[in-house]
Formats: sequence, structure tokens, C-alpha cells
Amino acid sequence: MPQAVEIIDVVKKYGSFTALHNVTLDIRPNEFFTLLGPSGCGKTTLLRIIAGFEDITGGTLKLFGNDITALPPDRRPINTVFQHYSLFPHMTVAENVAFGLRRLKMPDAEITRRVAEMLEMIKLSSHAGRRPHQLSGGQQQRVALARALAPRPKVLLLDEPLSALDLKLRQAMRMELKTLQQQTGVTFIFVTHDQEEALAMSDRIAVLSEGRVQQIDAPQVIYEHPATRFVADFIGDANFLTAGVEQLEDGRAHCALPGGYRLIARDAGAARPGQRVSLFLRPEKLSVHDGPVEDGIGMTVRTIVYQGDATDYVVELDGGITLRSRCENRINGDPILTAGERGFLRIAPDAAKTLLD
Amino acid sequence: MARTIRKVTDLPGFRGFTWLFFAYLYAPLVLLVVFSFNATRSGTVWSGFSLTWYAKIAADSQIQRAALNSLTVAVCATAIATVVATAAALAMKRGVPFFGKKVTGGLIMTPLVVPEIVTAVATLLLFSAIGLSLGLGNIILAHVAFCIPFAYLPIRARLERMDESIELAARDLYATPWQTLRTVTLPLLAPGIVSGALLALITSIDDFIITMMVAEPGATTLPLYIYGMLRLGVSPEINAISTILLAVSVMVVTLSHLLTRRR
Repeated sequence: MPQAVEIIDVVKKYGSFTALHNVTLDIRPNEFFTLLGPSGCGKTTLLRIIAGFEDITGGTLKLFGNDITALPPDRRPINTVFQHYSLFPHMTVAENVAFGLRRLKMPDAEITRRVAEMLEMIKLSSHAGRRPHQLSGGQQQRVALARALAPRPKVLLLDEPLSALDLKLRQAMRMELKTLQQQTGVTFIFVTHDQEEALAMSDRIAVLSEGRVQQIDAPQVIYEHPATRFVADFIGDANFLTAGVEQLEDGRAHCALPGGYRLIARDAGAARPGQRVSLFLRPEKLSVHDGPVEDGIGMTVRTIVYQGDATDYVVELDGGITLRSRCENRINGDPILTAGERGFLRIAPDAAKTLLD
Repeated sequence: MARTIRKVTDLPGFRGFTWLFFAYLYAPLVLLVVFSFNATRSGTVWSGFSLTWYAKIAADSQIQRAALNSLTVAVCATAIATVVATAAALAMKRGVPFFGKKVTGGLIMTPLVVPEIVTAVATLLLFSAIGLSLGLGNIILAHVAFCIPFAYLPIRARLERMDESIELAARDLYATPWQTLRTVTLPLLAPGIVSGALLALITSIDDFIITMMVAEPGATTLPLYIYGMLRLGVSPEINAISTILLAVSVMVVTLSHLLTRRR
């Protein structure tokens, strides 16, 4: 079985600016694939290239094994959900959904049936005769989805489709999109700068930065085993420390930190004894305690930030190192310690990971 | 008690000055319209309401010919100018970049600022140099040239506000470039096109200087006819024709404005 989409060595230049540097990635059939990165990383450019809106400077694009590099957008069985929906304002909801089917010269009876089916799916059958401007943002979003899915594309592209919705609706739509993808079996390629969205919905995520792919992996792998410092920093919160490698053992690096601390870090990879490396620790793997605990390190609390479900502590170790810890508010929101108080910090085993810059 | 002056409308005499300003602008027009309904020939003494002068011009075959000429010229020039302006606006906004694109955009608009008498003389010289003699055709050709920028402005403005991704959506949903133009771009652009056409129409109907230069004997438009009548002295018929012309202009411009405002 060929890959749904193969992007092979794709380069995109705008004049002297290179938006994509030799990007190569495969998207599997029936996959919820996310392109994640900050604005300007090239994720939207890549999506527009897959849709056919942009020519490429170099490389090849394949759809289920067929070379589509030279095909215009109207000859690619790929549809797009646009960031601001881009519904046809002069057509009704039903006409919007029927647009692609008409261009494909489907028989009228089939079009009527398919449109009714799509409107049923998005629960807007009663709004078939309305114009887009008479609908709420969430409803327009669903019409855009139905319009793009009606021609049964081989791949559906979604360009930050949730960014214009408010928080509650955004969270509800995440679930809906994921369910829809599983029901239809269509390959989804989703573009977002929102790491939470990416982690929640994707089968796999490609993290992009400055036109280069940083890492392609399942959400848990991206979060727990970021391949580069950029990925570690962009996804979730992170503490970074500089340490010297003393010795290696079973793929772990025994590291020395300023102030005489020792830490064992996983994923030592290519690190060598004597080398300086970055260590990366997720704040939720560090816990704050008001009394002595096993492996606890003496520290002073500097700042407390209440987050609702959790509380963030900025703590200073006795050796001068500053770290951020996130503790869940399991019982109530009262802080374990207040600013200026002394306590103990416990670093969970295997929390630290070696990062080579 | 002295009033606190917070904004320009609080200045003493502001109200009076405003009235004076509007009187200055509109008094001549109001007099023209009022006396077109006067019962006698007098242009200064009101002697009762009457539609005499309107009846008179309605029966005048020469005026009707001139009006028909004006309408023919305006409709033809508008049709050609609007098609050209629409194509130009699409090319400027949606077309690929080319060398000198900014300059081209400016060149489309320059007829708006070139003194009309200069354009008129230039057109006259060109037409006589090439021996062009097409009757009303001469006027139509000359009008197309200055109608284009008037049609171009609202079309371009509409296109400026149109989200290009709507057209991309059509392409994405299997429409060819031509189908996209027909089913999405032109329908969405329609209010701008109609508005541009109406502006071109009114500019053509009202034109005097260029028309006078290029008009051949027999090809008399309404403004030329009015001017000709004036040389025989001011008459209430002129008031009546002018009032009709004014009414048509105001209606067309209002319609154009309403269409431009509509989303």
C-alpha cells in the first residue's frame, strides 16, 4: 500500500527567501497528521503546496503513489478547509456543499442525496437554504467541513480551522474532528500552531521550524522524547540546564550540574564523556514538598503562579540553579509552600533527558 | 454665559456658516429646478406651477434626437469601458506580477487628472490625423477612454475587499480557472461592476468638452444641444432639460453609491 502523501525533497523559495528546505515526509493512509510550528515555520506553505495553490521550486509530490507535482488544484482529489472557512457568500449552505459535486459532473439525483447526507452529518439539515452570513462561526465551520468532504477527497487539508472559534467551541470541535476522521477514514492533514490541539488530535505530528522538519512522531514521543531543543521548547513547558557528561551507562548520561549536583539523564545518544550537553526536564516531573522526602533537594520557593488545576513554583536550589515545578492541585488550591519558604524538590526518576543542540 | 468650546461645532457662527455653505452650493441648482416649473418664460418672477416647458421639450424632435444620441453613446461607451475595466482590475489584483505593474496601475487612473481640454484636443488631433469619421462612433471611442478609470475604481475597490481564498476554494473544489471566474469571482464582483458601469454612464452622459471637439455635424448629444440653445438666450426649456439631466444623474450616482456600500 503506497503512502497517502509523499513529500519528497520539496524546496520552496520566494525570491531569495527559502520557505521550505528539502522537506521529506510521508503521510500514511487514514492518518490524522498534524503540521505543527510557530507562524512563519512553513506549515501553511506546505499545506498550500499539497493543495496545489503554490508551485514548488524543487522536489516531488505523490498522492497514493501518483506524481501530482504538476497538477493544478482542480485536478487533485484533495480538498481544503480554510482558516476563515471561505464559504461562497452568494450561495446557500446546500449550494456550497454541492459545489464540488457539480464541478465533478455528478448526476443531479446523486448530488441531492450526497448534500442531504452531508448536512445530516453536520446536523445542519434545517439550514440548507440559509446563506453563510446567517450562520454562527461554528456552523460556518461545519459547512466548510461538509463542503470539503462531500466530494469524498482522498486527503482533507485543514488550515488552522479552529483558530477563529472561542475556547469552548474549539475544544468541542477537536473531539468532533477526531471522530469525523475516524468515521470517514479520510486522511486528514491538519495545520496548527496550537500544541495542545496537535497533541489532542493527531496520530502523528511533524514539528516544523524555519522551513525544516524537526521531528515526526506520535504525540507522546514528541512530548516525552523531543529530538531537538526547539521541539522541547515549543511543545509544553520545559526547564533547560547545561551540564557536563561524566560517564555513560545503558544509554544514560551521568551529569554534573553547577553547585555540585548530580543527575542521571536518559536518551544520552551521541553524548560523550567530558562533553557539555543540555538537559531538559518537564516541570510536572518535579514536585515541591514542605518536608524531607527521599532524594529531596533543599530549595527556596521564589514565585508561585496559580493555574487552576495546578500550581507552578519557581524554586531556587541551594546551589543557585532555578527550576520550574508544576504540582497538580489534587485536594485544594492552597499552595504547599509560599514564596520565600524553604522546602524540598524531588525530581522524578528518568525526568531528565539529554538534548544535543 | 460663555459656552465652552470643545469641538469645531461649538465655534460661534458655525451653524450660520454651514447654512451659507450649502446655500452657495445648491442655490443655483434649486433656482434652476424651481423655474423649470414656472408658468411664464420669466427666470426671475414666479407666476405659478406648470409643466408647460416639460410638455414642450417632450414634443421637440431635435431634443429627443439629442437625448437618444446621448443615451446611445453612454450605453455603448459604458459597455466597452466596463468590460475593459473589469479585465484590468482582475489583471492588476489577481494577475501574476510583471515589470512595471505599479506604473500600469497609475496609468489606468491618469485620465482622471489629465485636464479634459488637453484630452479633448489630443483626441481631436488624433481623429483628424487618421481621418476617423464614424458619426456617433467617434464620440463613443472618445468616451470609452475616459470612462475606463471611472469604471475601474469601484471594481478595483470591491476586488480589494474580496478574500482571495474564496476563489481558491472554488479551484480546490474542482472548478477550472474559467469556471471560478464565472461562478465565484464575477458574481461576487457584480456590485462593483454595476457601480462602476453607472459611474461611467453618468460621466459619459454629462460630458461636454471632449464631445464638442470630436462630434461631427449631426452627431449632437444633449449637453451639446443645451449649449447650442443657450446661445439663443436662456429659456425655461433649458431649465426643464437640465432638471431632467440632473434627476437622472442624481439617481444613477445614488444607485452606484448604494451598490458600492452593499457587502
